[in-house]
Amino acid sequence: MALRNSTLFLSGTAALFLLFIAMLGHSVYARTAALPVLDRKAELVRTLELTDLCLFTEASYTRHLAMTDLNTPFQDAPFSFEHFPTGALVSPPERLVRSHGQRN
Amino acid sequence: MDFTLSSLLRRKGKNGALLAVYTLIVFLLASVLFFTHALRQEAALVLRDSPEIIVQRTLTGRYAPIPVAYGDRIRGIRGVISVRPRLWGYYYDANFLANYTLVVPGDNPPKQGTIGIGAGISRMREAFEGDTVGFTGFDGKPRSFTIGSILSDESQLVSADLILISEPDYRSLSGIPSGFATDLVLKVKNPKEFTTIAEKITRLLPDTRPIVRNEILRTYDALFNWRAGVIIVIFGVAALAFVIFAWDKATGLSAEERKEIGILKAIGWETSDILLMKFWEGLAISLTAFFVGIALAYGHVFFTSSILFVPVLKGWSTLYPEFRLVPFVDFGHLAAIFFLTVVPYTITTIIPSWRAATIDPDAVMR
Amino acid sequence: MIKAHDITKTFNAGRPNEFTALRGVSLTIDLHEVTVLKGPSGSGKTTLLGIVGCMARPTSGRIFLDEREITSLPERFLTGIRRQTFGFIFQQFNLIKGLTALENVMAPAYPTGEKYASLKKRALQTMAMFNLEHKADARIEWLSGGEAQRVAISRALINNPSVIIADEPTAHLDTRLSSEFMAIMRRLKGEGKTIILASHDPIVYDSDLADRVIEMRDGRVVSARENS
Repeated sequence: MALRNSTLFLSGTAALFLLFIAMLGHSVYARTAALPVLDRKAELVRTLELTDLCLFTEASYTRHLAMTDLNTPFQDAPFSFEHFPTGALVSPPERLVRSHGQRN
Repeated sequence: MDFTLSSLLRRKGKNGALLAVYTLIVFLLASVLFFTHALRQEAALVLRDSPEIIVQRTLTGRYAPIPVAYGDRIRGIRGVISVRPRLWGYYYDANFLANYTLVVPGDNPPKQGTIGIGAGISRMREAFEGDTVGFTGFDGKPRSFTIGSILSDESQLVSADLILISEPDYRSLSGIPSGFATDLVLKVKNPKEFTTIAEKITRLLPDTRPIVRNEILRTYDALFNWRAGVIIVIFGVAALAFVIFAWDKATGLSAEERKEIGILKAIGWETSDILLMKFWEGLAISLTAFFVGIALAYGHVFFTSSILFVPVLKGWSTLYPEFRLVPFVDFGHLAAIFFLTVVPYTITTIIPSWRAATIDPDAVMR
Repeated sequence: MIKAHDITKTFNAGRPNEFTALRGVSLTIDLHEVTVLKGPSGSGKTTLLGIVGCMARPTSGRIFLDEREITSLPERFLTGIRRQTFGFIFQQFNLIKGLTALENVMAPAYPTGEKYASLKKRALQTMAMFNLEHKADARIEWLSGGEAQRVAISRALINNPSVIIADEPTAHLDTRLSSEFMAIMRRLKGEGKTIILASHDPIVYDSDLADRVIEMRDGRVVSARENS
């Protein structure tokens, strides 16, 4: 006899739910496992006096995001437009947003 | 419930497409949220010991080397423990079309003539310990360095593009005369005084710009927020399309479905039974989509290192870090995704049926 | 006993397309008998069946089911009564496409909350009565006219109702299938079911099965004839 649809569905959903729980479990486990790595990275940041994540290397203001100021994107020419793709990915440092961003 | 499922299976194509689109939306939404959240968490943890205050000098809006003598004046400010000139900068490698970040470490700088490179550079240039690499200095003359060390692979997220170099080599390569530094790094006794000290520095040396550690951390705490904002706009459009799709499917209750509801009423189903069926129908689709979408997103972000986002993140960079994020998962985000997807969909399937379900059952007889 | 008292049904009241389907119909239907409503299309047979079968409410007038007044009951109860007391066979069978015959037969019983296994067993037994057990897993659209009809009858019987209501059951059947249908009705009558048929097909109203033929025209009962 064929399985009932509801049995299939419920077991499928249960399996997905277990997967979901497993995912959360993995997340907790991997986080703990990663602590030493994170500490080593933090140590590197401390000794080299780094300020930024190396996410983007194409433009100075996205490479050192926290170091940028209002002028940086316009270094090439006074009227130059933002032309690096990653410039569209990140927001400017918070202090710039706070001091300059909300004047309309 | 069996009935609901059989009736769902009947329209395999339509419901399958719905499920796929739905799963895709959950997947994208969850991927973005997982990725940005994990990155922000990681940034907060990794950058917690970045310099307390950095003083830069700008001239007409451009960075200028800061005289080391400024440090002596800053040292006079009460609360400042130490001031150290920091030397760093960029180097554009025309052969590989890549930007490197030159850093002169304060402790343990490499010996003159040797450099330490980030794992990203090593991978891109296929350069390893003991190899010699050449750089062109500010004066156009080539200089060659031996690779003394390669920074650990696991630290790529902060160090992929770094070149650690000794101070004499740095000065000879960049042309920054002694007595000048890129910026100054301060240590301060009391973190509460960061802002006061920054204000004092600006007053004392008006051509400088202090950056406080909190600002660095806040910058990364807000990282991708705006981007997430853009993505949410895109999602907004996608979700809207989906809502229209779902709404159309649901309100448009095809004549056939309407007739079915009539038949069910005629053979003795109550309005509530029909709504219950529709509820199961909506729940079955949305719950499946939610779980599948989340699981896929988790795999995507944390096991494949967000392979789909990589082209976007790379931009024009030829040098980019390869990193695997630590799976920080925010329950708030999961709950948000749940309430943004499962609940509205389930409701949109029920409400239109309501009207159809309250029709007189004898309608089918006519 | 089902008693209808002075039933009037007006559709679209107050609108230009207002239409009165029944005008003061009163009748009594005895249990365990076969009653045939006869009359041309538009005479109000279907509407009357719907009202008697608790599918619609009359605009005025009252229906008594075993001396119990049911017209004023709230919808929930009405649905309950409809489910337990009446089994419907519709003119176009109104089977749900895409589902299997078995699922169609089981559909009326889902809201009762009966266990799936016992329900399925009962549905298969009912279908077996009509030699349909081998078609249980076939989809509705693959059934022949006769099979579809028998599925529709099985569905009407699944909740073991005391009254079977059929609206123009033979309208889409050829003579052979119509006779087959009447044979089934005869069997059900033999089992003590009350049967109410609406038809303008002589095979139905001229059948010796009909204990009572009520002729309708323009929403009124024209004549009632007892065959006994």
